[in-house]
Amino acid sequence: MDNQDIEIKVLMEAVHLKHGYDFRQYAGASLTRRVKKCLADTGLNNISDMIPLVIHDKAFFNSFLHNLSVNVTEMFRDPQFFLSLREKIVPYLKTFPFIKVWSVGVSTGEEVYSLVIVLKEEGLYEKSLIYATDFNDSVLESAQKGIYSIDNIKTSTLNYQKSGGKKSFGTYYHADYNSVIIDRSLKKNIVFANHNLATDSVFGEMNLILCRNVLIYFNKDLQERVLELFKNSLRAYGFLCLGSKETINFSGIVDSFVPIVKKQKIFQKKVNPAFEGVK
Amino acid sequence: MKYDFHVLVIGVSAGGFRALHTILPMFPKDFSCPVIIVQHRMATDENFFVESLNSKCNMGVKEAEDKEQIEAGKIYIAPGGYHLLVEKNHILSLSVDEPVSYARPSVDVLFETAAQAFGAHLIGIILTGANCDGSEGIKNIKANKGLTIAQDPDTAEASMMPVSAIATGCVDFVLLLEDIPSFIIGLVEDHHGEC
Ligand SMILES: C[S@@+](CC[C@H](N)C(=O)[O-])C[C@H]1O[C@@H](n2cnc3c(N)ncnc32)[C@H](O)[C@@H]1O
Repeated sequence: MDNQDIEIKVLMEAVHLKHGYDFRQYAGASLTRRVKKCLADTGLNNISDMIPLVIHDKAFFNSFLHNLSVNVTEMFRDPQFFLSLREKIVPYLKTFPFIKVWSVGVSTGEEVYSLVIVLKEEGLYEKSLIYATDFNDSVLESAQKGIYSIDNIKTSTLNYQKSGGKKSFGTYYHADYNSVIIDRSLKKNIVFANHNLATDSVFGEMNLILCRNVLIYFNKDLQERVLELFKNSLRAYGFLCLGSKETINFSGIVDSFVPIVKKQKIFQKKVNPAFEGVK
Repeated sequence: MKYDFHVLVIGVSAGGFRALHTILPMFPKDFSCPVIIVQHRMATDENFFVESLNSKCNMGVKEAEDKEQIEAGKIYIAPGGYHLLVEKNHILSLSVDEPVSYARPSVDVLFETAAQAFGAHLIGIILTGANCDGSEGIKNIKANKGLTIAQDPDTAEASMMPVSAIATGCVDFVLLLEDIPSFIIGLVEDHHGEC
């Protein structure tokens, strides 16, 4: 192991012991890049020089944690995915009197509001309860506020249209100088909560779980743990949706699911081995 | 068996479709190096791009997948919209971190992480392109004792990317596009001969 890797390992051990955040099974290459970025901001020489800071300096730790997490997201990211959700999964969800949805790694909330818009337009929202979780309190706070920069509204609107949106996107927000504010009616059935995939446990009896662009930050062992957790948090015949470059194919849960829309990474939990999906 | 190998990383932007279709088919089927490529492009045309290359190359060409083991004789292309990174245990990772110099995938991100994973075993190549992505990566490869090559800017469809890489002072060889495959094949074979 080279010096840099030793330093990162010890640093992450300190973060875990002191603060409970567990980055020890994150994919190394991306984590290393972000740790080095944090180091550059401090002006210190060695990664290990940040160890006393994460232990003793609360303000430093908060900004360190912020820089370590990747929160890049957008409204209706991968519009095709939301179109598939609308066309293939919604008809099945409509057969239930009540549905529970878990949106995992919601970041600043764009994804969960996109999901809610689909549910609303399809007449499902009133009978849905949506848990929106992330392990980062500061993004959860932004998600809850639902205030976004007006700069992104063009992309958002375009994505919305491509995703099969049925209205004018403008009906879902209020514009204010440089920002847009998500309409309150979209928030009422969402519960925002802190949940850490590396350390917390099952979140029960879901009909639908969305976890997109989170698993790629984990190493294989942690991916395996999390996929098992999703399997156990889903009801029979519930759906698991991953990011467009993520898959269950190399994991232990592969035999417990049927791919419903392969390209959009939508999988359905099966109960007996012969089950072939949906209806 | 001796743990001895080379890995090739290529960064390319504007003009890349033609450049890659020129050099990649010149590598033989049993070429022992894995080749990992970042080509800037739209997130939407990926199937066409990968399939087109695959149909013309002797080596197998595929889009890189998250946590995929890097294998000899394969060409991996970064998917549009994602960074492609190399882990120390020679596995590929994808990420949606912020674009670097407006690019995702970014050549710098691939080169920097590959340099750390493969050190002196790495060969990095900058081809045609109209921006400066890859220059930082070239410095990283050099700092980790790898070998660096740039396409001759005068013959590149867009000269800025190779010019900028050469300006770092960290490029070992400047070659005509058509000469790059035979140069590398010679290098890799020589090296295998020595051990
Ligand atoms: C790149 S964002 C993805 C946002 C959104 N799902 C999307 O695809 O646009 C990754 C999110 O995963 C969260 N995350 C990372 N590690 C986590 C963990 N161990 N538990 C829960 N959330 C985590 C980050 O805080 C971040 O908000």
